[in-house]
Amino acid sequence: MSNLVHVASVLAELSAEDQKAVSAATGAGLAYGLAAIGPGIGIGIIFGNAIQAMARQPESAGQVQTTMFLGVAFTEALALIGFVVFFLVK
Amino acid sequence: MLAEAFPSTDELVKWPNWFGPTDSWYGFNKVAFLTLLAVLIPVVIYLIAGSKYRRGLVPRGIQTVAESAIDLVEKQVILPTMGAEGMTFLPLLLSMFLFIFIGNLFGIIPTAQFGANARMGNPLVLALLSWVVFIGVGIKHHGLKYFWDAINPPGVPAALKLLVVPIELISVFIVRPFSLAIRLFANSLAGHILLVTFAVLTVQVFTRSAALVILPFTFAGLVAFTAFELMVAFLQAYVFTLLTGVYIGSSIHLH
Repeated sequence: MSNLVHVASVLAELSAEDQKAVSAATGAGLAYGLAAIGPGIGIGIIFGNAIQAMARQPESAGQVQTTMFLGVAFTEALALIGFVVFFLVK
Repeated sequence: MLAEAFPSTDELVKWPNWFGPTDSWYGFNKVAFLTLLAVLIPVVIYLIAGSKYRRGLVPRGIQTVAESAIDLVEKQVILPTMGAEGMTFLPLLLSMFLFIFIGNLFGIIPTAQFGANARMGNPLVLALLSWVVFIGVGIKHHGLKYFWDAINPPGVPAALKLLVVPIELISVFIVRPFSLAIRLFANSLAGHILLVTFAVLTVQVFTRSAALVILPFTFAGLVAFTAFELMVAFLQAYVFTLLTGVYIGSSIHLH
């Protein structure tokens, strides 16, 4: 708790430009963190279901794998856009 | 503190020109050189593998590499997405795959240590190439009606078309090339930054005796993520080729 108070007092002493930089960095970190949540869950669902499908029907494993990578590519793109935004905002 | 010595992003991705002034069109730096290598290496591999003195019924040596790459693109990319008629796109997709894969591999090869696709230029051109090809194939197979058919899925009620057509327009002609380019670029850049983070951390920990306890972990992380980047390099090349195949396939068989 006292650490937080210390951080707050340091922040208050910063110049306007530095405060802007601090909030930009915080916002960028927050943006990427939030952007990673959805795709993280989505890729988990895709892989989980692909494993289930392959376990139930091993002969269709090749086809499932191709479709799985397609799904991963589409889902992952959202997280990567968040990553690019992170660099644009920072 | 550890964070103090971490290089800025500009320092990580901007390479000085070997010759030519900065930002000129003929300036030549490390990334351009790696791109050139990524073009030349597949050419040399296939020239050697295809020369008639080496060509054998049972592949040996470099011919195995060449044939397995063709096999991968044929069996894993073309046949599932386009069927047998897509075999005409084998040269395009194969060179795309090899260019991206070798370009990505430079990200983990010592002394290069920078993926050729970690700057926006290469992914952008590749994505535009894929964009032009799938539109061109659509026009070739369906004429100018392709543009309307591509954004107008059949079986949609007339009232819903107001909503569906703009969404399809954006997703087919804008989001497709954009996401292709961003996916490849961001993956390469993220991998590069990840490796730099662990490398910097290892060096920093090494110079501080008190923190030597965690050195094995940072170094193991560096090794493990290098292996991980090898997988990412392959996967991104595969995914890029696969998506190009899917897009071309969707231009041949509309919906």
